[in-house]
Amino acid sequence: MKILLSKPGLDGHDVGVKVLAHALIEAGFDVIYSGLRKSPEEIVKLAIDNQVDVIGLSILSGTHEIITTRISEEMKKNKLQIPLVVGGNIPAQDVELLMKLGPKAVFPTGTRVDKVVSFFIEMKNSK
Amino acid sequence: MEATNKPTIKPVYLESGIEVEPLYTQKDVNDEIQAEVPGQYPFTRGIHPLMYRKSPFTIRQYAGFATPEETNERFHFLLKNGQSGLNVAFDLPTQCGLDSDDPRAFGEIGRVGMTIDTLEDFEIAFKNINLDQITVSMTINGSAIVLIAMYIALAEKWGYDIKNLRGTAQNDILKEFIGRGTWIFPVDKSVKLVIDTIEYCAKNIPKYSPVSVCGYHIRESGANPIQEMAYAFCIAKAYTDGALQRGIDIDEFASRLSFNFDIYGNLFEQIAKFRGGRRLWAKIIREEYHAQKDNSCWLRMIAGGGGGGLTKEQPENNIIRSAYYALISALSGTQTMALCSYDEAYTIPTEKAAELSLRTMQILIHEMGICDTVDPLGGSYYVESLTDRFEKEIKEEMKKVDEWGGIINAVATGKIQESVSKQAYTREMGIQQGVVPKVGVNIFTKEEAIKPVDFHPYNEEAANKQISKLIRIKQSRNNDKVTEMLAEVRKDAQDDKNLMPSIIAAVKEYATVGEIIQVLKEVYGEYNEPIFF
Repeated sequence: MKILLSKPGLDGHDVGVKVLAHALIEAGFDVIYSGLRKSPEEIVKLAIDNQVDVIGLSILSGTHEIITTRISEEMKKNKLQIPLVVGGNIPAQDVELLMKLGPKAVFPTGTRVDKVVSFFIEMKNSK
Repeated sequence: MEATNKPTIKPVYLESGIEVEPLYTQKDVNDEIQAEVPGQYPFTRGIHPLMYRKSPFTIRQYAGFATPEETNERFHFLLKNGQSGLNVAFDLPTQCGLDSDDPRAFGEIGRVGMTIDTLEDFEIAFKNINLDQITVSMTINGSAIVLIAMYIALAEKWGYDIKNLRGTAQNDILKEFIGRGTWIFPVDKSVKLVIDTIEYCAKNIPKYSPVSVCGYHIRESGANPIQEMAYAFCIAKAYTDGALQRGIDIDEFASRLSFNFDIYGNLFEQIAKFRGGRRLWAKIIREEYHAQKDNSCWLRMIAGGGGGGLTKEQPENNIIRSAYYALISALSGTQTMALCSYDEAYTIPTEKAAELSLRTMQILIHEMGICDTVDPLGGSYYVESLTDRFEKEIKEEMKKVDEWGGIINAVATGKIQESVSKQAYTREMGIQQGVVPKVGVNIFTKEEAIKPVDFHPYNEEAANKQISKLIRIKQSRNNDKVTEMLAEVRKDAQDDKNLMPSIIAAVKEYATVGEIIQVLKEVYGEYNEPIFF
């Protein structure tokens, strides 16, 4: 299973996403990390070009609602039907709201890395 | 016989990898420390002879306000309450050199700090404020040259003698490539812009501190305490070398240089890090750069924050952690302190949390006797032994960077980013597996109900107002003049001249941050982030 991890928006805090990338590689996944400041168009293009199975977004600046909406729209526009997962500095009360915008899962602040890894393992096994 | 009677004890290693003995004695201490006096080279015990006995460390909390109007209100509030300085946060579009009307700024305007598009925003932010009275510290990096130019333009326009202008800019672009991420241009061009500001300030605004080198963000990105100091010193040396190449005297530049470090982790390890670091930096400036003046050798620092040590779990524990971090900072002889608030692991601090941080530092100053005597841990067998060790280890780590082709190369190729990100992973795994004990996270845990968090809502109305203001300015300014001034900036960039004069001239005509940065992007190109993790 191939996972694209990306940092949308202007937020430059990438410690978390890189830690997750290491953990997912350790768990046997094929991981592509996009680097910082990617637009919804760039992220969707990366996902299509690399034929990834799932997109993971890391957002820490509070822009999660706007960005998730835009990326979901961009995916629809490109008929990209793969799961979207969102993590980062997301307050617990926003999880439900974000889930309605299209993501398969939302991992708020304080989520353990192994919990995220298990989620991807389950996703792989149920494929 | 003796060996069998010895109880078996588990070895203890600091985060830096140094092994800790169960007991330290006189034998572990270097005789040379007897001669060390605060306020005297190499300043291990502090940069001033009387330190906090003369005046306690400065408290300077980081704060951001969405609009120039709100910032102006805050300035007036602080001045009325006896404060004389402010540490200003800017929003991400400003930090990345994008205007409010740029599509990439959508949803980010005023979110994590103040928005600045043109000089008019500075005129609003500093309205009715005497620039002689306050010192403004600007947390700005990628677009720092434009913001510093704007501050100078404002002062000149309002008739101040810029020779007396005080203040600081963070303006440490090299650490932005390692952590924090508000880079814009390729590494070498980014450093050139920093050197431009240093050169211009040394010649025209001698009291302004144009650079604050940040080990802080490097440590938050995964570096251990030795690397935090080593990489920061390598970065400071890179700026120093650049300044010297422009013909600036070491004593002219080094005394304006300041540092920003992190305080979370093992108490004694951090204290030794600062004491050993202070001694090493003094030696570097005197022995390698031959500085004559003592104050050139000072490691002037803000030691604070500690965000990396705070947890989402049992957030009230962070109040206790921060109090210990404040103690670390004070025992280390910092000049300035700022603490992360207990809720900062998951939100922008609430007023209550920010007040608690302030009180933590005030209790330390006024109730704990921390200011009574200088460097109270000086002479401790353990602390002195560890201080020596840190001086040595930081020096060794700096040699490794030299082997990578120097700090600019090590950053451009992603070598440092790769090494710190691997360590961040190892540390996180250590916490998850319980190897690195963390109270409330992997020991003494309890089930916690998921609490909703006070989250600062996005002020769309303020963002729209800012965009309307920008559109109005773009219509009312002298656009021929703006075009002419932007052409000057372009020409100076192409001719590799110091860009400060042409940028100051451009912002005076209300050229925007985004317009100036765009011109520079066209000349220099943009940074191509190496993907290492």
